[in-house]
Amino acid sequence: MSTWDWQVFCKDTIDGEIVPRCFGSAGDITYLDWLLSAWGWTLSVSLLALLVALLLGSIMGILRTAPHRGWVLLGNAWTELFRNIPLLVQIFLWYHVVPALIPPLRGVPSFLLVVLGLGLFTSARISEQVRAGIQSLTGGQRMAGLAMGFTLPQTYRYVLLPMAFRIVIPPLTSESMNIVKNSAVAFAVSISELTLFALQAQEETARGIEIYLAVTGLYFVSAFALNRVFHFVEQRVRVPGMIGGGT
Amino acid sequence: MAMIEMKNVGKWYGTFQVLTDCSTRVEKGEVIVVCGPSGSGKSTLIKCVNGLEPFQQGEVIINGISVGDPKTDLPKLRARVGMVFQHFELFPHMSITENLSIAQVKVLGRGKDEARERGLKLLDRVGLRAQADKFPGQLSGGQQQRVAIARALSMDPICMLFDEPTSALDPEMINEVLDVMVELAQEGMTMMVVTHEMGFARKVAHRVVFMDQGRIVEDDKKEAFFGSPRSERAQQFLSKILHH
Repeated sequence: MSTWDWQVFCKDTIDGEIVPRCFGSAGDITYLDWLLSAWGWTLSVSLLALLVALLLGSIMGILRTAPHRGWVLLGNAWTELFRNIPLLVQIFLWYHVVPALIPPLRGVPSFLLVVLGLGLFTSARISEQVRAGIQSLTGGQRMAGLAMGFTLPQTYRYVLLPMAFRIVIPPLTSESMNIVKNSAVAFAVSISELTLFALQAQEETARGIEIYLAVTGLYFVSAFALNRVFHFVEQRVRVPGMIGGGT
Repeated sequence: MAMIEMKNVGKWYGTFQVLTDCSTRVEKGEVIVVCGPSGSGKSTLIKCVNGLEPFQQGEVIINGISVGDPKTDLPKLRARVGMVFQHFELFPHMSITENLSIAQVKVLGRGKDEARERGLKLLDRVGLRAQADKFPGQLSGGQQQRVAIARALSMDPICMLFDEPTSALDPEMINEVLDVMVELAQEGMTMMVVTHEMGFARKVAHRVVFMDQGRIVEDDKKEAFFGSPRSERAQQFLSKILHH
């Protein structure tokens, strides 16, 4: 094995010369610039997809516990549709097939299609977790809410969801970290994110080890940062007197 | 007009009939105790009163309003019917004060301060003022059930339903809950109570309803029920729960 060469990141991406201070200027960029920009794309795809997934996943999970057959069917159909097709295939469907079938989607940037694809895929998983959270509460809680005179939406808002979401924070944490890792599929539709960067940069520089280690590090840091955010939230919303809630 | 009137109520889970032709009435200020062996349908019956369990046949009328009528505003009706559950069902993520005030604010539209004041007064009444800022998980079962009674009272109910309020309690906590209920009964609250506490029934009930296999088998004045229940099933039941 040859020696490591971390200076590869200081090289200009066009002429391969090492640039002082490692950042390009006047329109030229170094591999470090490129890496950081790719990290930005990874974070953008991940966080936006996470928003889509949390929103739609929660709605679908709630519908699946509603006392109306039609809503339950809708939530179930949604969940099964998006979790029974491989993620990569779903991304290709959004990129190649959906715009062909729905002409207005033709002008939509591939970035948004990936956000949608990844978001919907993950929403199916979150819907399952939210459903499990709500169903883990005793039927008595729902009855107690209704018996107090709350409407069904109020019962969800004030009684069921605050506890259900607390219960499912741990799996939601894993799911949000998964989004960061799954965002790597965006390379398949030419989003200039970390994985695409790694593939192209290692080809251009022949320093695959350094490039992949850097990318690995950034994925880890990103996912772990989300993990810490969720952990912080989990601590903040602990209920006194409940298991793990302190006294 | 009776406060609660049930006329020929029938209920099925699929093809299995859980309630058959149940009729009874609770006058204003009356306390009735519903008892019977487990699985006899008492809990289902009391949940039909405020429509928590749907029923397919018959009629339930509270204070002149039909529960089964699709046009009835059930949340509005339920807000005036207090209910206490076997497993307390306090809202675990809210402090005791919030448990007492949330429905006053969100359902009755009272101001936050007014609701809090009312809640604290009721906590005083059930002897738990000192626990106001704690959470349900930090209280004993008996304390939680007293809070649950206070929570129901915070809505100024026209009648109260109790679904086995002491069955999930340790024996030494049963009396603290029963004392609150006795006091409530003596103040003239209209109450329908599913319970096995025959001491409570003897003390404050006006009538006793005995159920078996989804039917109301006896519906008697208290004295008649304890003196000489007519059905053999009720006699057996009483001899089992009274003679030890």
